[in-house]
Amino acid sequence: MGALIDFVNKIFAKENGSKDQAKERLRLVLLHDRTALSPELLIALKEELIQVLSKYMEIDEDGLEVTLDRADNAVALVANIPVKSVRRS
Amino acid sequence: MESKVIVITSGKGGVGKTTTTANLGMGLAEKGYRVCLVDADIGLRNLDVVMGLENRIVYDLVDVVEGHCRLRQALIKDKRNENLYLLPAAQTRDKDAVQPDQMKALCQELKEQFNYVLVDSPAGIERGFKNAIAGADESIIVTTPEVSAVRDADRIIGLLEASEIYEPKLVINRLRPDMVRKGDMMDIDDVIEILAIPLLGVVPDDEAIIVSTNKGEPAVTDKNSRAGQAYRNIVRRITGEEVPLMDFSSQGFIEKLRRLMGGR
Repeated sequence: MGALIDFVNKIFAKENGSKDQAKERLRLVLLHDRTALSPELLIALKEELIQVLSKYMEIDEDGLEVTLDRADNAVALVANIPVKSVRRS
Repeated sequence: MESKVIVITSGKGGVGKTTTTANLGMGLAEKGYRVCLVDADIGLRNLDVVMGLENRIVYDLVDVVEGHCRLRQALIKDKRNENLYLLPAAQTRDKDAVQPDQMKALCQELKEQFNYVLVDSPAGIERGFKNAIAGADESIIVTTPEVSAVRDADRIIGLLEASEIYEPKLVINRLRPDMVRKGDMMDIDDVIEILAIPLLGVVPDDEAIIVSTNKGEPAVTDKNSRAGQAYRNIVRRITGEEVPLMDFSSQGFIEKLRRLMGGR
């Protein structure tokens, strides 16, 4: 019975086909591909971040993580920075 | 006329680089241009069998680069068209047998003798690809309307740009108009929108390609093949003519009949 219903649905379904899925998935994967930073660049970015942040607070350099992430339709740079203590002037 | 070295590349394997190279080469030669096809897929040579010239190979590209023979000794003259030559890849060596600088020099030498030098690139983005693009003035990117092929094509476009080969042109291969109509395959506009490079041509999926590869006869000379027609159109565009895209929506009478008789 289930198979029959599937069959009937298939005949009468007016779905868009799978190409929209293909396109949407491609769009997202390319967004990521195109913005991919090289590992060297990411390390350089990390080191400069540490320098700047260290002026204001003591951070855990080993725990610092910088990655690219995708949120909805945009690419985001996500930094996870553990703070040991905030400097007082 | 000015000579050109055009690399045919794709990133992903199996999308039709070699078939495209063979057909465009034969098509350009049929138009009277002097054409040399270079198989840059060292270790996995195939352009020779697609062209039906596998029995004539004596020397190969690596022999030329290493100085074991003269360039003209390695060039194989096509058996159908006297304007067309093939420089085969070595089969028993690997990509590291050649340096990009050597490929550059080789392409330069070929340019002096030919109007068009078409370089068939291996799949991938490593050494073989870098060798293939080293001497290229222009590039043609072959893709199929599939997620993986388009993604790889996008990567290749970036790499070509980084190597200062600008304005790659796109060939969309193996389009299935029936699937596009059903919404189950990306259409021409979808692919162009994503890759954002100029379209050189669209080649429909065609069983005649398999038959012609079986025989070692490029389909471009087959007047009854839809893919052959598409390749002839691309050849004319390469030589600067404006040719409209062929109509994929209408089927020929024979095709309709075949459908009625229970074919696909």
